[in-house]
Amino acid sequence: MPTNPLTWMIFLPLLGAAVVLCLPRDQHGLIRWVALGFTIPPLLLAWWLYMNFDRTTAKMQFVTKIPWIPSFNIEYFVGIDGLSITMVLLTALISTICIVASWEVDKAPKAYFALFLVLVAAMMGVFCALDFFLFFVFWEVMLLPMYFLIGIWGGPRREYAAIKFFLYTMVGSVLMLIVMLALYFYNEPHTFDLLKLAENQSTYSTTFQYVAWLALFIGFAIKIPAFPFHTWLPDAHVEAPTAISVILAGVLLKMGTYGILRINFPILPQGTLRYAFWLLAALGAWNIVYGALCAMAQKDLKKLIAYSSISHMGYVMFGMASLTAEGIDGAVLQMFNHGTVTAMLFLLVGVIYDRAHHRDIDGFGGLASIMPIYTGWVALAFFAAMGLPGLSAFISEVLVLLGGWRNYPLLTAVAASAVVLTAGYMLWAMQRVWLGKPNEKYLNLPDINPREIAMLVPLGIIVVVLGVYPHAILDLIDTSLQHLNSTVLAAGKAAGAVAAAAPGAVIR
Amino acid sequence: MTNPVLVDYLRWIVIAPLCGAAINGLAGAWLQKRFGKHAVTAVALVPIAISFVLALTAFRQLLGLEPEHRFLLDQVSKWIHIGHLKVDMAFWSDPLSSMMTLVITGIGGLIHLYSVGYMSEEPSYWRYFTYLNLFTAAMLTLVLGDSLLTLFVGWEGVGLCSYALIGFWHKEWANASAGSKAFIVNRVGDFGFVLGMFGLFWALDETGQGTLVFRELAERVHLLNGQTIAGMAAATFITLMMFVGATGKSAQIPLYVWLPDAMAGPTPVSALIHAATMVTAGVYMICRLNFLFDMAPTTLHVVAAVGTLTAFFAATIGVAQWDIKKVLAYSTVSQLGFMFLAMGVGAYTTGVFHLFTHAFFKACLFLGSGSVIHALHHEQDMRNMGGLKKYMPITFWTFLLATLALCGIPPFAGFFSKDEILWKAFSSPLGSPVLWAIGTLTAGFTAFYMFRQVFLVFYGDYRGGHAAHGHDAAHAHDAGHGHHGDPHESPSLMTIPLVLLALGSVLVGFLNVPGALGGHHLFDQWLAPVIVKAQVEHGAAAGPGAAAGHGVEAALERGEKDLERGAEALAHDAETFEHGVEHDPWEYILMGVSVSVALGGILLAWLMYRRKSIDPSTFSEAWGGGPYRAVYNKYWVDELYDATVVRGTLALSRLLSTFDRVVVDGLVNGAGWLVRQISVFEGAFDRVVVDGLVNLVGSTSLALGNRARELQTGHIYSYLYAIVIGVVVVMFARLL
Repeated sequence: MPTNPLTWMIFLPLLGAAVVLCLPRDQHGLIRWVALGFTIPPLLLAWWLYMNFDRTTAKMQFVTKIPWIPSFNIEYFVGIDGLSITMVLLTALISTICIVASWEVDKAPKAYFALFLVLVAAMMGVFCALDFFLFFVFWEVMLLPMYFLIGIWGGPRREYAAIKFFLYTMVGSVLMLIVMLALYFYNEPHTFDLLKLAENQSTYSTTFQYVAWLALFIGFAIKIPAFPFHTWLPDAHVEAPTAISVILAGVLLKMGTYGILRINFPILPQGTLRYAFWLLAALGAWNIVYGALCAMAQKDLKKLIAYSSISHMGYVMFGMASLTAEGIDGAVLQMFNHGTVTAMLFLLVGVIYDRAHHRDIDGFGGLASIMPIYTGWVALAFFAAMGLPGLSAFISEVLVLLGGWRNYPLLTAVAASAVVLTAGYMLWAMQRVWLGKPNEKYLNLPDINPREIAMLVPLGIIVVVLGVYPHAILDLIDTSLQHLNSTVLAAGKAAGAVAAAAPGAVIR
Repeated sequence: MTNPVLVDYLRWIVIAPLCGAAINGLAGAWLQKRFGKHAVTAVALVPIAISFVLALTAFRQLLGLEPEHRFLLDQVSKWIHIGHLKVDMAFWSDPLSSMMTLVITGIGGLIHLYSVGYMSEEPSYWRYFTYLNLFTAAMLTLVLGDSLLTLFVGWEGVGLCSYALIGFWHKEWANASAGSKAFIVNRVGDFGFVLGMFGLFWALDETGQGTLVFRELAERVHLLNGQTIAGMAAATFITLMMFVGATGKSAQIPLYVWLPDAMAGPTPVSALIHAATMVTAGVYMICRLNFLFDMAPTTLHVVAAVGTLTAFFAATIGVAQWDIKKVLAYSTVSQLGFMFLAMGVGAYTTGVFHLFTHAFFKACLFLGSGSVIHALHHEQDMRNMGGLKKYMPITFWTFLLATLALCGIPPFAGFFSKDEILWKAFSSPLGSPVLWAIGTLTAGFTAFYMFRQVFLVFYGDYRGGHAAHGHDAAHAHDAGHGHHGDPHESPSLMTIPLVLLALGSVLVGFLNVPGALGGHHLFDQWLAPVIVKAQVEHGAAAGPGAAAGHGVEAALERGEKDLERGAEALAHDAETFEHGVEHDPWEYILMGVSVSVALGGILLAWLMYRRKSIDPSTFSEAWGGGPYRAVYNKYWVDELYDATVVRGTLALSRLLSTFDRVVVDGLVNGAGWLVRQISVFEGAFDRVVVDGLVNLVGSTSLALGNRARELQTGHIYSYLYAIVIGVVVVMFARLL
């Protein structure tokens, strides 16, 4: 039997999917509990990993390496470092919460939960895989359940949204596939091993690095989603059921930025230095501001939060572009924080949607007087999203902007202007939906129920704890990320490519 | 700023009110229902008492130390240690922090007490005290934090609480709007503040000395010499950006617009947050970073100019307001302007002294107005008041004393602080007679609008109806107030704080009697160790402060003329400080002028509103009424901002959102459409040409197609089985 906890974390949900499929179709309760039963062990394992993770090394830990398709040198190769463990923790946590959030799904729950568990396994696989082929397989496996989950359980325009999501991601996958094969054949002996690919980075020609970087970047940028590849996200969110929105924004988007850090940064450092300014920093800053401004104009609460995700993921791009310790740590912390905060936001929108069956911002009013406890949670989540100190996102946003200033002061000023815009759209939405005179139509809405609170409590605790003691996560990631950052910078120095990265520094 | 004395109790000054907020926030509703409001009161007031006692302890401990060693430090835990950034959760107390802590917990405590009476009818009593305690904790973090980042935590925290308390009665749309406005305008300031902070950090990091911790900043700030950011001297850029932050929090031009609207909150909140504590954060911040601002004379000129203009324009607006709280709000903006004027001419301790005295008399005035509003069932229009002197004697007398203090009539507190500012504005090398003249004129306006208020509210006959007023109905929380008889004096829970604050308004000025009047500048001496350059002057003799002195020396060597001037100013300052005997005769002359101007203002108010021998319309209709309309409408600044910034941003957001939908998404959908058209064309080609050839197998393919379609539409399980079983089998086969 496999002893690596990572393997269990990937395959237990998959096994769960198989078990759910064997259950009788009308046993809704049983199906739910079985699904939950298969997500809780990975969550416990995640906690175990957190406790036993060695924070002092940048090496891969909990590694398993078994030949899978030996004729092509493809391996089942999993392991985690500081970068992946945060994502693994996030995935385990958010997926368990999402099972609870899906409790009331009554349309074909058997298929729903089975697909959901496949999705969880695939996401976990993406974050653990250290073999490019394995990474690609998980990346693709994730696509299909997501397509069905939006396309069957979604809102009125679900088919459009699902197909858009599917095709968009496929475009990215094709580009990724090409780069993967190119890298495979570029190396002698041919390999998909991400660590070996990174070791050999100095042998890749500069042109190859540039082209490969761009192709991979587009694939990942679609997932982040970065402007102008972002329009699938608002559609997908608006149509997706609550739990799927939560997992989409909470975990799936991080696969894009994770991919850049895991593959583009160490394997193609010349490309990273070449494009850091325009495609990560400038585009990131633009994402931040553009997302915030678009959010301000939305009438659908869920769409507003979808655009806020675009804005907040911009911080991740901006932070990693800075190539400073502060910025890159801030970027990964922001990935984690955005995962928890945005999960809260989507859960909270779900609460009101379940009761009022619409999400029109101007169609409510005065909910604070009708649902006070619910409003308290909304306030916590909204202020966390605004980056208020004492809450987690403050730390990551400050680190990102502080790191960004080092090389891109002007862009930092642009990005930081979002603190005003974010407060603007968040408070304006808050005011229209929750403050003011209570809307006569909704005087009888019941306040948030215990199951809904149970989903929010762990997230709320994390948001507060990380605001006060960010090193709970920073300690995990710092060693690995500093190593990664110095690899990129060293590669740049070696090739004398620092000049190429200079457009940012010129502004100073 | 030598070795700090390590202590471990400063943290509790912050944690105690935080606990109060947490308990009331999580269980307050239950406590209130189960045990009544007294339980909530206890949870809220005990922590403030604890904080106050600890603040006193810290003060006493500081007193026991040599002036240059007055520095307590409480290291709580590591907070952010990443790369070169090292910020701890640490609290410190030096003379400045200690003074601020005493104001926050002392005056704040009185306002808590007052609130018990004022909010007694409020159904969400617990929510009010949760916010109030949280505010106190945030404000204490602001003044006790030992780095710029911890200061910023408090800075944003007080903004949040201010938002929550302004919009406390959130069913009213206007209140909610006022709260949002306050927060968003403050965020504009914060935007500047963070940029200044980043600039400072990296400019120091350039020399390998990046830090945000105050005591290290004081030692390293000279490293900024010769550096530039955005084409200007690093220190100038940084301080200008920080000052943008200060204009937001401390309601200066151009960001003052939120403060008058903030009066939508309960009146004790206006006293605590929007007069005594939060709005002074900008002044505190500049005094805290005095060594940095000293390096940037350009910034100081801007600070002085903005402060003076704000003081003047706010005072002119105050003249034409009818809402009892709005007058006080504009007065606060104006007085904050005075404080910034002091900062701008390098008279940091003087500015902070005005902050200190202002906290007493303005809190007293706000609470007094609250007492009036409470008695009149939420009437705020001064035209419906009058004659309250006989109904509410305690409120009247305390209000009058505080007003005299605000007007700068000797020997009340405001006289000592305001007059000192005016004198420094005149005499400091950074000052000028113009600043003095505008300041003095403003003092005249202040005296006028304050006594206009006193006469309108307390003298004459009561003009209010006894019936429920329209304004009343809007305040649903006031439902408990059934009795609408004659106005009555407020309960003792409210009058005791009034009396204590009025006493303060009379007495605290004596803490800083200037040498010219035979005093010893006790307050200035207390704060002297905080002002790093003051140490430089004494440094030659006393030794400490050498590190900071090094900075100034280095700068002097570089021939920075302005700095030299600053140092001269201080030499001068220090002289007056030590040889309190010789005085510029101008000091007495100007003192006489400013007091006369204030008395003139009072006289005019008396003639217009008491004796009524001058009709107010002589002024309001002068020059065709234009000036009056301008001040009555607050120079239309709100309208201007709304028409430009607010509408501009909203228009831009709609434009981008449309662009997103039509252009960006249009391209995506267009690409999809194009591909489909190609496939349709191919399909047609297929049907016409290829199909013709394969007609024979047509029926077979049709049957197959039907079966395939079945697979595609309904039978999602088959997909699932395929995926799951496929992956499971392939992978597990390898693993097991």
